[in-house]
Amino acid sequence: MAELDARGLNCPMPILKAKKALKELAAGDTLKVVATDPGSVSDFSAFCRTTGNELVEQSEENGVYTYVIRKST
Amino acid sequence: MSGEDAIAKQKQMTIIVTKGTLDWAYPPFILATTAAAMDVNVSMFFTFYGLQLLKKDLGHLRVSALGNPAMEMPLAGLHLTMPNVAAALPGMDALSTTLMRNLIKRKGVASIEDLREAALDSEVEMIGCRMTMDLFEWTAGDLVEGIAIGGAATYMEKALKSDINLFI
Repeated sequence: MAELDARGLNCPMPILKAKKALKELAAGDTLKVVATDPGSVSDFSAFCRTTGNELVEQSEENGVYTYVIRKST
Repeated sequence: MSGEDAIAKQKQMTIIVTKGTLDWAYPPFILATTAAAMDVNVSMFFTFYGLQLLKKDLGHLRVSALGNPAMEMPLAGLHLTMPNVAAALPGMDALSTTLMRNLIKRKGVASIEDLREAALDSEVEMIGCRMTMDLFEWTAGDLVEGIAIGGAATYMEKALKSDINLFI
């Protein structure tokens, strides 16, 4: 699984970097993103709904948010 | 789906960018880069002071507290505002700008240079206003590479086909 460390970055960088990382992947591959931006919770949901990529899982621990996104076609 | 169908189906957004201060540079570039990341086809039209944001070097971008009662800076748990009488003093714009740049860096907010680069990388179309260039005597050599030059009709043609049109 590809990984992206977006900790310490504020809006809109986690989304921009995630998009860039997804471009490198094949359809069906997954990307794990870690971020500290609390706004990323609603932003990654909106990003995935709009782009058709699948938000497979998300969690939060001690202010660190983890997302797993599966690339669509 | 053929490539042509995909382009026809793609959502479009245009943004008219009219302001050239450091703080007002953020909304257009944040929205443009985010929209591009969400597969939206984006065109930005830079006119009047907004054209400053297409200059090769963006080190000259400033903020001013003068005439802006909404501008407050967080400091030691407080929020400080600057009265106009102080903001009008020489050197205060430079001070406000330094404070703002430091705040941006400390909070992990991207620089305008980075956002503009990200926009160009993600194929956001940037159009500089020809009339503004003539008015303020700028040449294409003053502006960053990879942009187009056009006028109001160029913008209107895009706006009429677009899903979202913003004026900032």
